Amino acid sequence: MTAKSQTIKFHNKPRLIAGMSVVGKKEGEGPLGKYFDETDDDPKMGKSSFEKGESAMFAAAVKGAAKKAGISTFDFEALFAGDLLNQLVSSNYAARDLPVSYYGLYSACSTMTEALALASAMVNAGYYRTAACVTGSHFAAAERQYRYPLEYGCQRPPYAQWTVTGAGCSVISAEGNGPAIISATIGKVADYGIVDANNMGAAMAPAAFETLLAVLDDTEMNLEDFDAIFTGDLGRLGARILRDLCNERGLDLGQKYSDCGEMIFAREQNCYSGGSGAGCSACVLNSFILSKLNRHEYNRVLLLATGALMSPTTSFQGETIPAISHGIILENC
Amino acid sequence: MTDKALQRNKRYTAYVDKVSPSTNTIHSLLKAFVIGGVTCVIGEILRNLLGMIPGTDDNQATVYSSVILVTVAILLTGMGLYDKIARHGGAGSFLPITGFANAMSSAAMEFRSEGLITGTAVKMFNVVGPVVVNGIVWSSVSGILVWAVSMLMKL
Repeated sequence: MTAKSQTIKFHNKPRLIAGMSVVGKKEGEGPLGKYFDETDDDPKMGKSSFEKGESAMFAAAVKGAAKKAGISTFDFEALFAGDLLNQLVSSNYAARDLPVSYYGLYSACSTMTEALALASAMVNAGYYRTAACVTGSHFAAAERQYRYPLEYGCQRPPYAQWTVTGAGCSVISAEGNGPAIISATIGKVADYGIVDANNMGAAMAPAAFETLLAVLDDTEMNLEDFDAIFTGDLGRLGARILRDLCNERGLDLGQKYSDCGEMIFAREQNCYSGGSGAGCSACVLNSFILSKLNRHEYNRVLLLATGALMSPTTSFQGETIPAISHGIILENC
Repeated sequence: MTDKALQRNKRYTAYVDKVSPSTNTIHSLLKAFVIGGVTCVIGEILRNLLGMIPGTDDNQATVYSSVILVTVAILLTGMGLYDKIARHGGAGSFLPITGFANAMSSAAMEFRSEGLITGTAVKMFNVVGPVVVNGIVWSSVSGILVWAVSMLMKL
């Protein structure tokens, strides 16, 4: 289907040797609560603003990941980081206290897989031995940038999504134990004409769909070759749309497929269609997915983080929402 | 954009409209009616009670009851309760005067972290700005209409 390959294969098997997830109270109370490494009840993490809190969450994730990998942050040769705030402030401000080369990335909620792809490529090529990837998001900080003040009483449509408060950090290393990242598929921007900024699941589902097809095409694998397939934050509606799009092509995702945004909150938590945000896939990858891989319950996993690339300005100008999805394959080998 | 992509997008958006869940209109209307109605009933009770205070005429009682409603709405906003009520109330909670108070105070609180002048003062009208602008524009229009009609009557 795709004329040229979108997939980079990593023959030297860069490994995800440790992962750390730091989440907020609501995420900690969700169905995946017991998998997260650290839950912080204070949305400001003891700081004076939500932005500083988000930054502190990043720092905690990076430090925690280094500790779990048995190294110190001095041992990271590079940090690939990104968040949702303007000018990537959470990442930038967290990085100023870290003694590492720093790459600031923005790919909305799909930043985690973009970071993993770049870090794996660098480690695979031998430029770095150990690199860290961290992304995160914060409900309150994202709300005030993208939507309304927190205490403002407004109603949202049932297909809206709730930004995850959390940060996840993965340590990618040339050696060590842990699942290998065997390939990364870099998505193309897909825009299927969705205008409603509340309906990000519908805007992003086609991007996930196109990248999924590219993964299957480029790696010559079938759905059966994966133990599990995860999308980043399509939510309940987006996940359903992705299933429909796949069915149209004769692909049945079945029980293998889940969406991180759908998993992270229970229905009773009143989070509408589910979680979203750059922290969503990062937290779920570094807790739930990684622990299942390490316990060999999964042996090959495809993670397709998804991002909606609009801004409040373009939304008000009536622009449609472009979306992107990058996929990585993790394998025990 | 190519015709093919336009066709695809048209098909896709039509499909999305079909599968996107919508709120139950009757349910929402009922909740908005009850919450908006209760707010107004409380306002009326306050007005009638205040009107019983010797030396208070009806106009003053109306003003005082509005002031009380606004104060209570701001207190509820500060305590983090107003948005929980509004989640059910919808238009029933943002149309009355309490909604205006909530919109202003929530913005004022939210942007306090950027300073009193550069944050609170600048962003306070963030949400209610359009309400104020429309209030002024349409009351001016109606003023001009009233004046024009009265001039016509004199002819």
